[in-house]
Amino acid sequence: MNVKEVVKQKELFTGGHRACAGCGAAIVARQVLMAAGPNTVVVSATGCLEVVSTIFPYTAWNVPFLHSAFENSAATISGVEALYKSWMRQGKYNKKVNFIAFGGDGGTYDIGLQSLSGAMERGHNILYVCYNNEAYMNTGVQRSGATPRGADTTTAPAGKVRQGKEQFRKDLTEIMVSHKIPYVAQAVVGNWRDLTSKIEKALAIEGPKFINVFQPCRLGWSYKPEATCEMGRLAVETCVWPLYEVTNGVYKVSKPKEKKPIAEWMGLQGRFRHLSKPENKPILDAIQANVDSNWQSLLSKEPPQAPKQS
Amino acid sequence: MAKSNIVARTGNEAMAEAMRQINPDVVAAYPITPATEIVQIFAGYVADGLVDTEFIPVESEHSAMSACIGSSAAGGRVMTGTSSQGLALMAEMLYIASGLRLPIILADVNRALSSPINIHCDHSDTMMVKESGWIQIFSENAQEAYDNMIQAVRIAETAKLPTMVTTDGFIISHGMERLEILSDEDARSFVGQYKPKDYLLNFDRLITVGALDLTDYYFEHRRQHIEAIKNSKAVILDVAKDFAKKTGRSYGLFEQYKMEDAKVAIVAMGSTAGTAKVKVEELREKGLKAGLLKPRVFRPFPKEEIAEALRGLDAIAVMDRSDSGNGQEGPLCLEIKAALYDKGINKTILNYVYGLGGRDIKMEEIGSVYSDLFGVVKGEKKDRVTYLGVRE
Repeated sequence: MNVKEVVKQKELFTGGHRACAGCGAAIVARQVLMAAGPNTVVVSATGCLEVVSTIFPYTAWNVPFLHSAFENSAATISGVEALYKSWMRQGKYNKKVNFIAFGGDGGTYDIGLQSLSGAMERGHNILYVCYNNEAYMNTGVQRSGATPRGADTTTAPAGKVRQGKEQFRKDLTEIMVSHKIPYVAQAVVGNWRDLTSKIEKALAIEGPKFINVFQPCRLGWSYKPEATCEMGRLAVETCVWPLYEVTNGVYKVSKPKEKKPIAEWMGLQGRFRHLSKPENKPILDAIQANVDSNWQSLLSKEPPQAPKQS
Repeated sequence: MAKSNIVARTGNEAMAEAMRQINPDVVAAYPITPATEIVQIFAGYVADGLVDTEFIPVESEHSAMSACIGSSAAGGRVMTGTSSQGLALMAEMLYIASGLRLPIILADVNRALSSPINIHCDHSDTMMVKESGWIQIFSENAQEAYDNMIQAVRIAETAKLPTMVTTDGFIISHGMERLEILSDEDARSFVGQYKPKDYLLNFDRLITVGALDLTDYYFEHRRQHIEAIKNSKAVILDVAKDFAKKTGRSYGLFEQYKMEDAKVAIVAMGSTAGTAKVKVEELREKGLKAGLLKPRVFRPFPKEEIAEALRGLDAIAVMDRSDSGNGQEGPLCLEIKAALYDKGINKTILNYVYGLGGRDIKMEEIGSVYSDLFGVVKGEKKDRVTYLGVRE
């Protein structure tokens, strides 16, 4: 897909929705649908994306859209896909359709993990896209299993004796890799070409696919609304959020030209402001060490001579 | 009238047989005693290619109902089965299924809710979700379970409301009975094809399902749902009329047994109604004017019709196979009292909570209920609520 093609397309996720200025989730939805095209059914978990895009009687979705609850977008899309399979087998239907489920990190890492795992294990021909903004943003920035260590959230706030979240986030992408599904990837808001090509690639593969899209949230992370894409790119350049894909078990990592220190990314966000105090330097060091070790661990998973990819 | 085949089936087998004949597009289910067998038998039909169904062996009941919602919104005819904790885990999604007006069919094999954990029959699971906006139909035996399942498809799709058909765990689900079933052709022509007006897989008419309804629309949509529930009584009766033409087996919102000249009556649902009929016969042989009213449709609750049917009695006993958990009478009794109040009918109503956790209800116990009723008519005092068959 190139820019010329993109601008000619009808918008499948339209403007006029109620997302915040600078919202990364809306960018994810728009770019995913640009790559997926109109023959796509979308299911969304309860959360920011669903709330801002479907306030009755309006909808931002120019594709069939279903929302049922918070913890079950993977189970719900598996029902849609199963009906499609049933109809195809019965000869009642003959159109090629993509099935995409969206969930935030709360709906995916936490409350929706069982439903996601079940759907992936059953092998439905679906793509699950997690728009991962690292906290429960819709309810007002509560910590989730995806929230990074040190972040100030409303349920793990930075206070006099505690400095934000005390645990490192769980590695959901690797949990999905462990399901041995044909395609797992990490993408980011701020690199549309990487995201759309991963969506296109995923949708060309039969079976369950999972893409974890790192999605800066200007409200929850507390940065200027125009900096969303920059915030995503810096997460990649600091290796806080490496871009990589695992196709049939084979890792391919996109390496930044120069690995930047995490402070260059964290320093721009209000949620880490308290970590700039000198007494909190050990926490910053621990986070940097964790990022470094995760990065090395990821690189070690690539085949020694990475096969040439088209 | 269509030709019937006479077979021997358990309640679970009868329900699975109905599902095979209905041949739904999708079944999504999770195992739970005592309902497991229904979907287990059905999975065998799928494996043998006897149905066109896509079977989704989900990882929980919550996901079972979620997947049913996805398939139903996408345009399919969809079924599932569960019991007890499974129904409880589904509760969130039951409300969403009915709010989205999706005609999903659920076979619920009644089983007590934990805690203490128990696998046997009472009605507490169905009662827990009695306000979920589903149609709820109780069955007295395997025949009714089969007949109700076949009728439920047309009821749900006409009323645009999800429908659960219940049987009593083990008592009906695992009890072998003689029953008449339709031929596959007759069953399929009775249920017909499901043709929803709008559905997700129709790309010619895009829809957004499950939108956020705030203060400006939620109430109107709930109001439409309420109206649909009220209107479904007529739908249930219409479908029953067609079913009777086809099978000769008549169904209403409730069954009246020897009620024409009855002085006292028991109101009871499920398999207990069958036991009570035998007791009524015994009493009648002794010249005692005992009757029985068996609600078949618990949701929507046919309050006006039941009140009229009970109007001529001297005393009524309502038998509840669950407790309401609110320090009052059981749930069925509360419904009956409310129904009579609105008609200005003031009768002595005794409530008997019985059979919790699968405790057998014996003929003598039902006999004691009728004795109490005849006693009350003569002026004896009885407890407002009796826990029947429990060690106090």
